[in-house]
Amino acid sequence: MIWLTWRQFRGSAAMMAAVLVVFAAVLALTGPNLASEYAAGVAGCTPDNTCFDFFDRFFSEYDLLFLALTLVVLILPALVGLFWGAPLITRELEAGTHLLVWNQSITRGRWLAVKLGLTGLAAMAAAGVCGLAVTWWSDPLDKSAVPEMAQMAPVVFGARGIAPMGYAAFAFVLGVTVGMLVRRTLPAMALTMVVFAAIQIAMPLLVRPHLMPPVAGTFELGRENMDGLGAPGGGSLQIFLRTSAVPGHAGAWVLSSKLVDPSGRTISSGDGSSGPSSTIVRAVPVSTTSGPCSAQGLPTGGCTAEINRLGYRQQATYQPLERFWPFQWIETGIYALLTLGLAWSSFWWLRRRLS
Amino acid sequence: MTAVLEAQALGRKYGKRWALRECTIDIPAGHVVGLMGPNGAGKTTLLKLASGQLEPSTGGISVLGGRPGDTPAQLAKVGFVAQDTPVYAGLTVAEHLRLGARLNPRWDAAMARERIARLGLVPAQRAGKLSGGQRAQLALTLGLAKRPELLILDEPVASLDPLARREFLQGLREAAVAHRLSVLLSSHLVSDLERICDYVIVLADSRVQMAGEVDQLLAAHHRLTGPRRDPDRLPADQHVISAGHTERQSTYVVRTDAPNHDPAWTATQLSLEDLVLAYMDKRTVDNGRAVLEVRR
Repeated sequence: MIWLTWRQFRGSAAMMAAVLVVFAAVLALTGPNLASEYAAGVAGCTPDNTCFDFFDRFFSEYDLLFLALTLVVLILPALVGLFWGAPLITRELEAGTHLLVWNQSITRGRWLAVKLGLTGLAAMAAAGVCGLAVTWWSDPLDKSAVPEMAQMAPVVFGARGIAPMGYAAFAFVLGVTVGMLVRRTLPAMALTMVVFAAIQIAMPLLVRPHLMPPVAGTFELGRENMDGLGAPGGGSLQIFLRTSAVPGHAGAWVLSSKLVDPSGRTISSGDGSSGPSSTIVRAVPVSTTSGPCSAQGLPTGGCTAEINRLGYRQQATYQPLERFWPFQWIETGIYALLTLGLAWSSFWWLRRRLS
Repeated sequence: MTAVLEAQALGRKYGKRWALRECTIDIPAGHVVGLMGPNGAGKTTLLKLASGQLEPSTGGISVLGGRPGDTPAQLAKVGFVAQDTPVYAGLTVAEHLRLGARLNPRWDAAMARERIARLGLVPAQRAGKLSGGQRAQLALTLGLAKRPELLILDEPVASLDPLARREFLQGLREAAVAHRLSVLLSSHLVSDLERICDYVIVLADSRVQMAGEVDQLLAAHHRLTGPRRDPDRLPADQHVISAGHTERQSTYVVRTDAPNHDPAWTATQLSLEDLVLAYMDKRTVDNGRAVLEVRR
């Protein structure tokens, strides 16, 4: 059975292997340069404390590549589910060859076990290699990424570490199970994609924030959590509060970020203005006609100190970067359980309903 | 001899529709059994139940003393060649033999190679490029080289031209004799099976209409032709299977153990085809006189 599975699978396995080898080779050749450029930059910026500027420059230089590689890792499991999972059984059903193979001297259960096991392991290996290679390559960029692309942020987290293996295993078994239910290849592929995409979107939105209770904290305002101040037309002072960063916790995934006044009440009004992306605008009753927050005072930088002195704070909940690996293990475990559940139901379905 | 297939009140339904019901048969070993019936009569359902592809909805079935398709040992004893003789289009002929060798403990590699060579199949050719007849022969070779005790074939010749049909059935008969194999094959064409079967089962309307050895069945059935009269006036020991009437003449197919003594009737032998068709048509008689009147 192993021979037959391999014989049927070797074409797609070879193609995947070839693509991965090229992919890994390109990463292996360019990775060291990227790392040394980062190291040199950090060495240069640390003495004069300008590393934020270096990070911005360095990340914006590579952000497209960074995003593209992240997307590759995110999409790979879906492709595995679509092109390896869904056709695994439907191809046999459509050609009628299931009747040939089920009447050799092995049980259907064993047939499915070998097919699922072998192809599933290959899927996990492919996603694992791809995910870990990108994790390694992106390390300098992850350290200098803008807060929205932090390592714990939804899009990036799923493309790092071991989670892609869990996704790939799940997508593969999902494809197989959907294929068994739908029994035709194209509809099965379409349905697999829709279901997998829905789950991949639901996971970071609904489940991942609660894997561990988020940390709550109150922070002084500063460069890391504030994208500037504004005093339009001498009205109240506007604070552009970042929604995806908290000071001192680079790489954290910020779940909520709000501005509170000195008595601890949330300020929810922004006078109808809008700020840069990933910020919220909040208006605070601080004089903008005179003092450090006036049009003359703002450029001197004294305003930030003034609002902190007055007691305005950022109140945020977040998942810090230290939880990256625990989260990776938990999430991979969840997908492993889902995979096992689906695999079990596919065996049940094979015995009870199919044919 | 032990039974190759025993079924008690076997039934299978798809949704609300019964594909096969109240099927009770007992096929002894060592026969080439023809399963006949019109399209949709339940032939494929019965064969799939026998090979374990389907689970019965009601009743029970045992094949060679075991539950169909349950264990590798049971699977090894029963060969199955599915309708349209599916093979892997992307695999070569030689790879199909390798598949058989890998998946069957009793695989007869020498016999498979010899058969392929004798049939003129090229081992390196992909199965997708074979003709319908060659594909059927490849599927049959896989079924035979597995060395089963019972080989089941579902409409194996349906898509073959007359010459390929004859060759296929010839090959099947030779193999059955050579390996002392029981064979169960279905067809909706009696002429296909007439040549090789010594046991027939007729399915119609999802029920078994007739089952038995061909010789005995032919000996027990006659066609009676005589002046027109109603079936009630036939002797009591004559069981009417089918009836046909013209203005002056009645023709009955009857089952009887006693010879015919009524000089008004001419008794003639039936061919297997006549007999099978009479049973497929049996409902017309079961429905009684109303049909008789309509037929005039």
